[in-house]
Amino acid sequence: MSHTDPAPGHGQVRLHVVTGKGGTGKSTVAAALALALASHGRNVLLCEVEGRQGIARMFDVDPLPYAERRIATGLVGGDAGHGRAGSAGTVHALHIDAESALLEYLAMYYKLGRAGRALDRFGVTEFATTIAPGVRDVLLTGKVYEAVERNSRNRGATTYDAVVLDAPPTGRIARFLNVGKELAGLAKVGPIRSQADTMMTLFRSPHTAIHLVTVLEEMPVQETWDGIEELRGDGLPVGSVVVNQVRPREIDESVLATVRTGGVDEAALGADLEAAGVEITPHLVDGLVAEARDHAERRALEEAQRAVVDGFGVPVLELPRLPGGVDLGGLYDLAARLREQGLG
Amino acid sequence: MSAARSARTRVGPLAARPGTAPVLDVDAMLDDPGTGIIVCCGSGGVGKTTTSAALALRAAERGRRVVVLTIDPARRLAQSMGIAQLDNTPRPVLGVDDAAGGSLDAMMLDMKRTFDEVVLSQATPEKARQILENPFYIALSSSFAGTQEYMAMEKLGQIHHDARVEGTYDLIVVDTPPSRSALDFLDSPERLSSFLDGRFVRVMLAPARGPAKLMSAGVGLITNALTKVLGGQMLRDLQTFVAALDTVFGGFRARAQKTYALLQADGTAFLVVAAPEPDALREAAYFVERLGEDDMPLAGLVVNRATPPPLGELSADEAMTAAARVRKRDPRSLTAGLLRLHADRVRAVEREAALVERFGAAHPYVETAVIPALPGDVHDLDGLRRVAALLAGEE
Repeated sequence: MSHTDPAPGHGQVRLHVVTGKGGTGKSTVAAALALALASHGRNVLLCEVEGRQGIARMFDVDPLPYAERRIATGLVGGDAGHGRAGSAGTVHALHIDAESALLEYLAMYYKLGRAGRALDRFGVTEFATTIAPGVRDVLLTGKVYEAVERNSRNRGATTYDAVVLDAPPTGRIARFLNVGKELAGLAKVGPIRSQADTMMTLFRSPHTAIHLVTVLEEMPVQETWDGIEELRGDGLPVGSVVVNQVRPREIDESVLATVRTGGVDEAALGADLEAAGVEITPHLVDGLVAEARDHAERRALEEAQRAVVDGFGVPVLELPRLPGGVDLGGLYDLAARLREQGLG
Repeated sequence: MSAARSARTRVGPLAARPGTAPVLDVDAMLDDPGTGIIVCCGSGGVGKTTTSAALALRAAERGRRVVVLTIDPARRLAQSMGIAQLDNTPRPVLGVDDAAGGSLDAMMLDMKRTFDEVVLSQATPEKARQILENPFYIALSSSFAGTQEYMAMEKLGQIHHDARVEGTYDLIVVDTPPSRSALDFLDSPERLSSFLDGRFVRVMLAPARGPAKLMSAGVGLITNALTKVLGGQMLRDLQTFVAALDTVFGGFRARAQKTYALLQADGTAFLVVAAPEPDALREAAYFVERLGEDDMPLAGLVVNRATPPPLGELSADEAMTAAARVRKRDPRSLTAGLLRLHADRVRAVEREAALVERFGAAHPYVETAVIPALPGDVHDLDGLRRVAALLAGEE
């Protein structure tokens, strides 16, 4: 289904950021991507930062704390028989909240002791995580950075081959990742500035790929393009566009054209149905034709939007609409499809 | 409920309304002169903005003098309503049918400008300039994720006040920001108060006001820690910022509390907007409960973009069986394709109906309107009229 090499050199990507407009299924795609990447014994960490506990729901586990928890075995590799190949890896998950991230950060980098507790008591933590502009985002991205670039400060922590971030929506993603810009006016020099700069170096490097999830409707597609332009303007690396919830393509385009122009032979349709043992009730035949016309109209709109997406000059992957909704099995199904298309 | 709705012909078992959830009578709500404010809330991507705009248009064309306050409309919708440029002032929408004596204005919230206006109205010119130039203020007013909620409250309060004084509008429709936890705007007065009354502000102001004896040890500790983490310059900027805002925010807080009380009053109607998906309905349930806790008047639930029920009574299983039979004779049969499509649609309708029914079982008193999806996107007044007609139960 992919039209171009889906993720050129994605082998070196250690941080996958998944964003998308609300309602496009970005969390589902992030989870499926984590499963797809966790093969061949690879360890993957799936992070969420929006306090929704979406990961716990998708994987049917208890609400996640601010600690890395093993939640699933990855998708089994497709090339069994080559040593480690064919084995699965593991997916850990982490629910990042700004307050815990701040306390951990202070403990890791500053030996504040009594002052650290005083900060909390005097409402500094609350100010930093709820009111102080931009600080929240820096704390959340800072923890993600720490998970990707583990160093000796976090002794004994698991190291991961890849980190997948279920990120804030498309409208906010560039601002969220561009912590340097966010802080530009605030911290011109000093420790926070230099840490923000180090984070930006990773986010702008080929080790990071930002994937934008969309559905084939005008508004999300437009927003995806706006997001790509904004990310590019900030020098942040766009990985791919994942087109989600694509309608089944069971009927040929040539047939759809006939349906659209009202050229369906209703008598033949009725005869077919009767031959198949369907009782012809009122509205059955014209109902089926009306449904087909609806479907044809939507498909035409989807195809037009797909052409727009193909014009973005970004690798495009496609995932189907799962008729029964997304459950755990569905996540593995989507993971397999991502891998078929070269991601994971 | 309305005669139009009960007289509506529905065909097939799937077309029946799920459960016993009462039906939301949109026209009654719009026509009631007691309804002064309608607030649409819900998670992102469920069609809140479109719903707000459609309700406002319908109310205007039924004779109300309406202003709709939107947060972040899609570009083409904004253009068609004439609010593509941000100037933070309601502008008349062209093309509205004013035969019933109504009118429609629209505006898009400019969060920074709203904030600046608050500062300018509350502080002396010199103090205002000091605040407007402070780097913390600039960051807070233009990028802070929570600012939208504060400013939406502020703007609603302003418009409501002006409408009272000048008699400009008798209905305000508000589209809420797509917040992470989407009812943050309800918390804004409280959060602001707890911040301003909190120890943090006192710590920050301590050097300016001279050390209070009891606090000075703690303050020294904190200041040293903050200097270590933030650096001296950033801490000084922060202190200036807090000191400046302390004088300005008093009035702001009082107004936020007034707006909160206004939202609790009888003239307000909250609509929770959702899509027929598990996540969106889970969020909707949260909203319904949260509004209840805060004594906010809930008018009902709007389930947007539902799969339209099919005509005819053929079940999904029957359709699939028949499709298999047809395909045996002719693998490329159009009839088989149509049957598969029908089966998919029936399954989607059943799944969505079950979700809405479960919501109704948990919240039996919430009036509900289920809106079938339109095939295309909505980006002009005609599209809004269609959505509004569906909302009101017309077919």
